[in-house]
Amino acid sequence: MENLIEINNLTFSRSGRIIYDDISLKIKKGKTTAIMGPSGIGKTTMLRLIGGQLVPDKGDIVFKGESIPGMRRNRLFEVRRQMSMLFQSGALFTDMSVFDNIAFPLREHTKLPESVIHTVVMLKLQAVGLRGAAELMPAELSGGMARRAALARAIALDPELIMYDEPFGGQDPISMGVLVKLIKALNDALQLTSVVVTHDVTEVLTIADYIYILAEQRVIGSGTPEQIKNSDSPLVQQFLQGQADGPVPFHYPATSTDEAFLGRTS
Amino acid sequence: MLFGAIIAKPQPLKLIPLTIKQIHVVGVQSLLIVVVSGLFIGMVMALQGYTILVSYGAEGSLGPMVALSLLRELGPVVTALLFAGRAGSALTAEIGLMKATEQLSSLEMMAVDPLRRIIAPRLWAGIISMPMLALIFSAVGILGGHLVGVDWLGVDSGSYWSIMQSTVDWNKDVVNGIIKTIVFAFVITWIATFKGYDSVPTSEGISKATTETVVFSSLAVLGLDFILTALMFGIE
Repeated sequence: MENLIEINNLTFSRSGRIIYDDISLKIKKGKTTAIMGPSGIGKTTMLRLIGGQLVPDKGDIVFKGESIPGMRRNRLFEVRRQMSMLFQSGALFTDMSVFDNIAFPLREHTKLPESVIHTVVMLKLQAVGLRGAAELMPAELSGGMARRAALARAIALDPELIMYDEPFGGQDPISMGVLVKLIKALNDALQLTSVVVTHDVTEVLTIADYIYILAEQRVIGSGTPEQIKNSDSPLVQQFLQGQADGPVPFHYPATSTDEAFLGRTS
Repeated sequence: MLFGAIIAKPQPLKLIPLTIKQIHVVGVQSLLIVVVSGLFIGMVMALQGYTILVSYGAEGSLGPMVALSLLRELGPVVTALLFAGRAGSALTAEIGLMKATEQLSSLEMMAVDPLRRIIAPRLWAGIISMPMLALIFSAVGILGGHLVGVDWLGVDSGSYWSIMQSTVDWNKDVVNGIIKTIVFAFVITWIATFKGYDSVPTSEGISKATTETVVFSSLAVLGLDFILTALMFGIE
């Protein structure tokens, strides 16, 4: 199966701290790939690198055979029309209604008449179950509704790739179930390629076709959900089981307890 | 960033409607404070000016005194300071919040340049609005001066207007005042939009950026006012 994205020997650092050290990933076309890992590992940074908002120190990110870091600005903007991103906060434009938010990319990048845009927007809202909320402002939406509206905007131009940045974060069980269903349904119905960045293990194991687990600046585990569940890596198992202590220690590095509480040096 | 915002390949069809909307936000919504401030400053100037001029028997010169002070200095400078405090801080806060809520990032990922979509309309709106606000400030200030000087203190109305008309020079006073305002508008709006775009996307970062916009803009206006005044009206 063809790879839509190939990340080859990527090294990226920020403020002197190495985020990724010579990692390689492949995102298969038409599949849902999950990128998981502990908080603060740089999962969102990976999406920004794929989208060309950040430039790697070394290595390459190839999208449909073209190098993202090597692209000129105009070409990068053209390529971005083939991808979209669902941000953690939704990132709806607060001065526009839900309808105008979803119509925005259509008005910016197409010459469709308003009547057609209206139909397209309503179809996208219907797909996410928010057709009745078209005239609401983002401030009037619940967190789950805002995320669904942002999802409708993300699919407005029928992109080839959708990147989801922590789509389940802060959601109640019902909203989470709705989002899981939508991600899977849209991926299948629209023949999309999805990249889901999350640390919600239970949810992502139900929808992902392939999983990468990142930790300690590298890929510590990869495979299908079954392969990941059966992984013999202690780090992978600590992450999947949610164990408080293990290869990722509970205690942040500090001086010994004798020194801290009794003033004794060893 | 400045080049990207205002020079690189402008798109008039998209820029003009956005700019008009921003002119309403930064210009029209600043009218109240500009008009009220202009009125009171004109009134105070007339009051203060009269007390000095009357001792020399020159109260007839109240009109040109008020008009020249407003057109050359107070109109551009006070309008700029009010604009920095009201519209400049609002611009910084708005853009900073857009950055904090990832709206700017989402624009980039939708292949829309945030410099052209967000920054450029606000920059042009400031440059267009401020000279008009300064002229309104000066006009209302002159009327305020008339209210106090003529209606209250009894200066002859004919003297007030006729000596003003013969003293105020279009190029030297009015145009120079407009030039000052355009320079101030560019500097204030540029500082405001840059501070918002460059702010740390946290509540503390936006608060700091907003404060810096007002302080830096105000100092820049006062410094540039001295330089421009020296160039325009310097000792010959």
